[in-house]
Amino acid sequence: MASIQKTADAAAKGAAADRQTAMGVLAKASRVELQAAFDALDNKPAVQPVRGPETGLVMVRGRIGGGGAPFNLGETTVSRASIRLDDGTVGHGQALGTDGAKARLAAIFDALFQQPAHKAAAATLLDAVTARVAKEDAEKARQTAATRVDFFTMVRGED
Amino acid sequence: MYVAVKGGEAAISNAHRLLADRRRGDRSLPAIGIEQIVAQLGLAVDRVMAEASLYDRALAALAIRQSRGDMIEAIFILRAYRTTLPRFGYSLPVETGAMLIERRVSATYKDLPGGQLLGPTFDYTHRLLDPSLLGDEAIDAGLEREEGGEPIMRVSDILAGEGLVEDDGSLPDGHVAGDITREPLEFPMARDLRLQALARGDEGFLLALGYSTQRGYARTHPFVGEVRIGEVEVELDMPELGFAVSLGRIQVTECQMIAQFKGSAKNPPQFTRGYGLVFGQSERKAMAMSLVDRALRAEEFGEDIVAPAQDEEFVISHSDNVQATGFVEHLKLPHYVDFQAELDLVRRMRREYEAAQNVGTELPEAAE
Repeated sequence: MASIQKTADAAAKGAAADRQTAMGVLAKASRVELQAAFDALDNKPAVQPVRGPETGLVMVRGRIGGGGAPFNLGETTVSRASIRLDDGTVGHGQALGTDGAKARLAAIFDALFQQPAHKAAAATLLDAVTARVAKEDAEKARQTAATRVDFFTMVRGED
Repeated sequence: MYVAVKGGEAAISNAHRLLADRRRGDRSLPAIGIEQIVAQLGLAVDRVMAEASLYDRALAALAIRQSRGDMIEAIFILRAYRTTLPRFGYSLPVETGAMLIERRVSATYKDLPGGQLLGPTFDYTHRLLDPSLLGDEAIDAGLEREEGGEPIMRVSDILAGEGLVEDDGSLPDGHVAGDITREPLEFPMARDLRLQALARGDEGFLLALGYSTQRGYARTHPFVGEVRIGEVEVELDMPELGFAVSLGRIQVTECQMIAQFKGSAKNPPQFTRGYGLVFGQSERKAMAMSLVDRALRAEEFGEDIVAPAQDEEFVISHSDNVQATGFVEHLKLPHYVDFQAELDLVRRMRREYEAAQNVGTELPEAAE
């Protein structure tokens, strides 16, 4: 009995971690990517608004010296939305910026990601966004690497 | 007595219409777009975000366009806009150690893990005007090189490995990070509040103060341990879900300034540090901030407070350019009644002065 409970806990933890990752990817998706994925859905879900979309501020914190005590660096705009699908699944979307429509679409895909019937469609979008972000990051990293200084020592005098 | 005077509505309205006309300028030229400002005047956008203390490139670009490029006006507009939005919460502290790095240089170590990465810098340019930018020549993309995948270690961690530098900067247990947008400034203030004020402080003011420490007004013998620029994740705790969620990434510039030694009966001599962290790509500001942060720690290190850069109340009270411009520029607004009172006063003093002069000049005449 205890081990069944443990397995269930582990599964819930795993599902939460998957959702956490998915929500982070959805925040990085563009509105165009989200809209295209929504338009491509075969059976579009009925969506009820729960909260928002609304735009507000999050105070970004840093740490003194990079790793010390927290301090407040400054604010950033954030838009968020929560929606409910007709089966009661609630989705939350939130991303930097003032695009409420994007936050709403992200919330829809957060909810779809939790539904077995739609998980695959949501996962396709997530994979595409993850790949796009990874490609852009890698290109930037390679451009930065090209500006790395290769020091060499000048030999002076004879022998 | 307070006298309310009405009038000027038509003049104000017409002035604002004229402002809109001048802002648009020559109609035969295409209007500048927000995306163009973000993409091509990116460092101006970054400065407005940093000093308005609001990270949003599109809104900062809009503010620059609206202010006709007047940076402090743009900062003012964006700072005012933030007061119209609700606060959702505080992010988890950003991890600058895990930054996606675009630039990283150290003046203290030539060879260090991750190397010297120059990135898109003005350093080593000749500062000659480039006539090719008068036109619109095709620009090559940056070159690429496979990267080693070597971790880009923080310089402060390298020094900390030997125990030669103070730690990152801790505050007493249970200290909650203060927020100058929620509480009035009170002196003396903890280092976290000072850093928040400096992070949105005027770049020119902090630059001048940092420079003053180099010229001997509170010398600290600084070295740039490291400057790094890149993107960090902003994560927000979601109580309804029980975990933190990434909201996306922002670009920041971080400066670790390494300054001269301090030892005590308990601690052996070690380097001290100043810290700078700024929104966007803003190396000059991050460096100046770290110099001023270090100078403002004078009391903590038992140093004599002899220079402006060490005077916390002076520095923090005057670092905000929105406050500064508000108070300086209000002088041009009507002060007619105040001035009338001063005018009466000076006239009376003049009468008394002249009366005294007459007495003085009559006496010698009488003697003649």
